[in-house]
Amino acid sequence: MVAALVVIWVGFHFLSDGAFLTSRNLWNLSVQSASIAIMATGMVLIIVSRNIDLSVGSLLGFLGYVMAVAQARWIPERLGLGFDQPYTWAIALAIGIVLGAAIGAVQGAVVAYGGVPAFIVTLGGFLVWRGLIFRMGEQGKTISPLDTNFQLLGGGPNGSLGESRSWILAIIGCIGAVASVWLARRRRQRYELGVRPLPFDIGFAVIACVVIILSVWLIAIGYQSPISGLPTGVANPVVILIIVTVVVTYLARRRRFGRYVYAIGGNPEAAELGGINTRRTIMMTFVLMGVLCAVAGAVQTARLNAAVTNLGIQNELDVISAAVIGGTSFAGGIGTISGAVLGAVVMQSLRSGMVLLRIDSPSQDIVVGIVLVTAVSIDSALRLNRRRTAMISLAVGLVLAAFIIQTGRQ
Amino acid sequence: MSSTHAPTRTPLVEMRDIHVSFGGLRAVDGVTIDLFPGEVVAVVGGNGAGKSTLVHTLAGAHPADSGQILVNGQPVTIANPRDARTHGVEVIYQRLALADNIDAAANVFLGRELRTRSGALDDSAMASATRDVMKRLNPRFKNLSTAVRSLSGGQRQSVAIARAVHFNAKILIMDEPTAALGPAETEQVRELIEQLKSEGIGIFLISHDIHDVFDLADRISVMMQGRLVGTVEKNKVTKDEVLAMIIMGQKPTSAS
Repeated sequence: MVAALVVIWVGFHFLSDGAFLTSRNLWNLSVQSASIAIMATGMVLIIVSRNIDLSVGSLLGFLGYVMAVAQARWIPERLGLGFDQPYTWAIALAIGIVLGAAIGAVQGAVVAYGGVPAFIVTLGGFLVWRGLIFRMGEQGKTISPLDTNFQLLGGGPNGSLGESRSWILAIIGCIGAVASVWLARRRRQRYELGVRPLPFDIGFAVIACVVIILSVWLIAIGYQSPISGLPTGVANPVVILIIVTVVVTYLARRRRFGRYVYAIGGNPEAAELGGINTRRTIMMTFVLMGVLCAVAGAVQTARLNAAVTNLGIQNELDVISAAVIGGTSFAGGIGTISGAVLGAVVMQSLRSGMVLLRIDSPSQDIVVGIVLVTAVSIDSALRLNRRRTAMISLAVGLVLAAFIIQTGRQ
Repeated sequence: MSSTHAPTRTPLVEMRDIHVSFGGLRAVDGVTIDLFPGEVVAVVGGNGAGKSTLVHTLAGAHPADSGQILVNGQPVTIANPRDARTHGVEVIYQRLALADNIDAAANVFLGRELRTRSGALDDSAMASATRDVMKRLNPRFKNLSTAVRSLSGGQRQSVAIARAVHFNAKILIMDEPTAALGPAETEQVRELIEQLKSEGIGIFLISHDIHDVFDLADRISVMMQGRLVGTVEKNKVTKDEVLAMIIMGQKPTSAS
């Protein structure tokens, strides 16, 4: 996965005559990946438990629109509180998150307790939430501008941490990496379980810290804001993505909820016989997905400084692709949060690299489609230990993608 | 039928007049069986005789339509697997009921995870407890932290048994415990059953294998077409007589 990303990055760097691996491009890449990656963390748990959510793009659009209407109409005009109050952004975001959780609970309940396949329920949601945007009393008008504080959620020159706070974030990240390695080691030692050799653990912690510090230094600090000329720092959407990734990974790996999601995906009958409340667990995966749609919707509307009716169109396909490229299996039970985040970055790297090569948008879609199928066929071939099939898939995929890229250049 | 047991002893489990229907099919039709501490009762019968259905109502896998279940003489309600566990009933299912994608410790503790004070999963404590119970069951078992999909049949069986043993089962249900095993592993399971018996655990053994049944059981309850043909003491019948019960529903004249 990381190797594929390195190949893509280096490949595009040479093809674009050194335009890819620049602070500016990678900083933009991080912001562009954030919203899809945020949703992909939740999609992993839904696919792991053998379900699917096709409604995330429409739900994101609907929640983004509701949050925009809340901050640009309801709070300042209906309630007469005026524009740009310090609390407006928080109330709008809270409305989005609560509504997202509620809608997720409804969809999840129909799937889990109603016994309707998730494909059908969320296909319905896909149509319903998009349509509801036009029934909000604004007839689908673009809502703009948004609250100035809310806009900061979307990144941009002001919506970033700046130099000193970015370094603080990097230090927190390093402390977190070292602490988690050390605590895991100590826990295992307390129970006299085998531990990895000490140099291995130290090496892992050192590599993690180096990666964190280098990426903050070279990308976030290295990118000077075109307006102020000062280092931009880590963009807020990326900060939000980091928080979401840490929280969802904790839920997936260290809480009963996550353990049950994976157990249901591995063997639903065994989970049921183990006394797990499988229906509630399934419903909660959709609640989490709804919350993440609200967060991603806030990031996207804030970045545009507007809510438009086609916000999030086709995002469901990007989110599912990110999860699948990141190693999540449709057979259930397999998939990691970090893999899905990497998958989102891979997808965005392809798109952004092809933009640098001035490849038209339809050709971009063709390449992303080829990469998706190639990635999954390699993954399933390796799972069955068929190295030759994997190599053939890789070769065919690369040739096809290279052909489309070469002929699609303008 | 319980002539060898002193009349004052209370059965560990009594299932009285149990009825279970699936749609129009009467899978279990008015069956009464019991089980004493330290005893193995084999429940045998042909395919579709209702033996699994009967015993699984005790496990909470599906509820009985009518009838009464008593544990230590007290009437109890068992509507789901959690109820069964609170009464000390543990099950080893034929298909083992393991989640293939998670490790042995996670399977042993599935649904009953150990947690730290903050409510997080305490994987190290679970791995340690699993290692300790495995020392008893299968000392060669070392793969505590690999997904159980990569384990052999016997090791997977060990995981399923560890789940029952760790939680101090008083009543154990074994559904075809040796069906998927080789000879050496079958011998291990037999030794384990002897050990559990000596600890006072009552075992319902569901089996097709008449040799297993005669080796392991104290009493044999035979079912046919959802009804109980009869319960016999193993020492008072021959294999042929039991086979006649299974195939023809004929109760032998020699045994009561």
